[in-house]
Amino acid sequence: MEFLANLGMGFAVALSPMNLFLCFTGCLVGTLIGVLPGVGPIATIAMLMPLTLKVDPTGALIMLAGIYYGAQYGGSTTAILVNIPGEVTSVVTAIDGHEMAKKGQAGTALGIAALGSFFAGSVATLVIAAIGAPMTRLALLFGPAEYFALMVFGLGLAIVLARGSVLKAVIMVVFGLLLSTVGTDLETGQERMTLGIGELSDGVDFAVLAMGVFGIAEILRNLETPEARSVAVAQIGRLLPSRADMRRSFGPILRATGIGSILGILPGNGAVLAPFASYALEKKLADDPSRFGKGAIEGVAGPEAANNAGAQTSFIPLLTLGIPPNAVMALMVGAMTIHGLIPGPQVMTKHPTLFWGMIASMWIGNLMLLIINLPLIGLWVRLLKVPYRLMFTTILLFCAIGIYSINNNPYDVFFTAFFGLVGYGLIKLGLEPAPMLLGFVLGRLMEEKMRQALALSEGSFMTFVERPVAAVLLLLAAAVMVIAVLPAVRKGREEAFQE
Amino acid sequence: MKRILFGVVAALSFAAAHAQPYPSRPVTIIVPFAAGGPTDIIARITGEYYSKALGQQFVIENVAGAGGTTGTTRAAQAKPDGYTIMMGHMGTHGAAPALYANLKYDPAKDFAPIGLVAGTPILIVARKDFPAANLQEFIAKVKDPAAKVKQGHAGVGSVSFTTCTLLTSQLGAKSIVAAYRGTGPALNDLVGGQIDYMCDQIVNLVEQVKGGSIRAYAIATPERSPALPNVPTTKEAGLPEYQVSAWNALFAPQNLPKEIQAKLNEVLFKALDDENTRKRLLELGSVIPDAAGRSPAALATLVKNEMARWAPILKSAQTTAQ
Repeated sequence: MEFLANLGMGFAVALSPMNLFLCFTGCLVGTLIGVLPGVGPIATIAMLMPLTLKVDPTGALIMLAGIYYGAQYGGSTTAILVNIPGEVTSVVTAIDGHEMAKKGQAGTALGIAALGSFFAGSVATLVIAAIGAPMTRLALLFGPAEYFALMVFGLGLAIVLARGSVLKAVIMVVFGLLLSTVGTDLETGQERMTLGIGELSDGVDFAVLAMGVFGIAEILRNLETPEARSVAVAQIGRLLPSRADMRRSFGPILRATGIGSILGILPGNGAVLAPFASYALEKKLADDPSRFGKGAIEGVAGPEAANNAGAQTSFIPLLTLGIPPNAVMALMVGAMTIHGLIPGPQVMTKHPTLFWGMIASMWIGNLMLLIINLPLIGLWVRLLKVPYRLMFTTILLFCAIGIYSINNNPYDVFFTAFFGLVGYGLIKLGLEPAPMLLGFVLGRLMEEKMRQALALSEGSFMTFVERPVAAVLLLLAAAVMVIAVLPAVRKGREEAFQE
Repeated sequence: MKRILFGVVAALSFAAAHAQPYPSRPVTIIVPFAAGGPTDIIARITGEYYSKALGQQFVIENVAGAGGTTGTTRAAQAKPDGYTIMMGHMGTHGAAPALYANLKYDPAKDFAPIGLVAGTPILIVARKDFPAANLQEFIAKVKDPAAKVKQGHAGVGSVSFTTCTLLTSQLGAKSIVAAYRGTGPALNDLVGGQIDYMCDQIVNLVEQVKGGSIRAYAIATPERSPALPNVPTTKEAGLPEYQVSAWNALFAPQNLPKEIQAKLNEVLFKALDDENTRKRLLELGSVIPDAAGRSPAALATLVKNEMARWAPILKSAQTTAQ
């Protein structure tokens, strides 16, 4: 129980008035900036990093971590309210969260997101404190071959995500995979499918794609039928989840916390899979899976908890190995380095107060987020009452600002508009964007990891079978796909017979 | 016609700028990489000193993309009024012309050099249990095709790619090469033992070496680094020709008024003698240039030499890659 003593030391650091203030400010500013559509955690942290330069390294990291959680939660807020996921992990939240908002349950959705995140965050904090260090060995077990196998497993989830036809989901996944191949080739540095447009040489940005096919497309569709706007004005409903809602969400939150905590530790951004995995699992376990996609509270509670648990445990590789597992953590490395504290495997032993102080502040940060956001729910929900002609113009304006601020690149704004049109086309064809986004995100990682694995095995595909962890994951992937596709095939046949 | 128009606009803006002493408003430092990377950190440390010294904010604008060439192109096309400058490095102003066929700028002609800020030594590192006790044994392994030594790098065009390409081309060796996106994932696989070795800037590796999760064979500078005093130089370890640094330097668009160029260089000179700025740069493992190395002329020479050096090495490496 040594970790309890350490945690005590951490709380002594994190609860100093100054650090408490920094944690609060970080969460508040992070929430307010993160709620701008398109401004995800990376853009928010990069923007606000100069704010932290004046304080000591521990305080600065506590504040940055606060900004991170705040921005992450802010992203879920826009996903639920206006169907704009600011980052990969809130794509899933948008599916059922926005449906709930349309039904006048925006408050409930936001409330359960906050409560689920808090619970998951609290558990993940304990996980980091208790078994963070030994868990890093798991991260190091994952080479390119294992990671590729995990991504294949992730693709299986895309099919479960689909609301309707499995065939259409597969089409969208493949479309997403193809989109992910635009850009510079990893090994040769040659441009692929960029149509000679220099701005595409790094590929399509995720935020650009997501904001286009979700947010802009949604606006276009709403403008088509002005009277049937996406967001219900008439009834706002209760602001907090009812007891029945809580009972329904408890199981999903619990399971999602486990999924998120494990995936978050993996290198190379395993956390992106967490909300998708949680959603797929809940849909499979549900008595009536058809509710999913139409505003099922489990579809918000689970993924949000998974998202937050993953966000938290993705600090483990950074804090124990000194290696950032994703872009947000790379930014944290930069922030630490600016403060003269280059992260490495010795952070825990060389700077114990910083290490444990930061872990303790994670829990405090989650509590602050709850304190800040529960009262804000009323405000966000009231925003939905703004007349649509004012609202959509404002959303468009903030989208443009948000997109521009990611890379300071005006072309990104044009690309977003383009993908808005694409998204509108998809809606008209009855195709769903979520599987496409998952395919897009996994596609890039899959290609990268597959080529690394093959480079290292000198072209032998046996590497995926010979390495036990990779082989097991591929078997699991095959199993998931069979389970996912079978009922649909059976149903398809029944329908065919009925006709 | 367009040129004349540009000239007129430029002249007008000079006139406007002359009305007040430079700088009369915030200055943008374009960093052509994502926030948090080595170049960004050096830019922020330097920018902080500039802000204090000149009484105007020097704001960092990260314009990442295409191996740093997106931001560099933007800086090349900016108005040469001293309000947009950039932090370039060995890649953007040395290796890029050899790597990108349709590069929209010429590192030598399209920029007015301000001065070299810091050299960043390159380390040759391997996984901690790599079976070689020193650089010579390491070289023998890399050269032995039967050993099948695996190299990782952070992506075509990255510092770790160019410097390791230089190493293998000098050794006349061919490794199995895996490409990653960024130093983080490559380092992860090096620590995990999936790959055998890599080359990169000292700041990215120093703590891993100190912590014993990877081992360093040599540092490619004439002198040992105070950050890692136990790591021999390539000269000491028997590979004297391997001298390479991922230097960072300030540039402005060409046609920058001479007095602004002089002023910016003067402040840089002072910054590199400032105790706090020095300390922070040294913590990163940087090598701070001596007085002679800080002049615009010295930077112009460095850029020319680097372009000439990288072109043959990278072009031959690329033809083999395709």
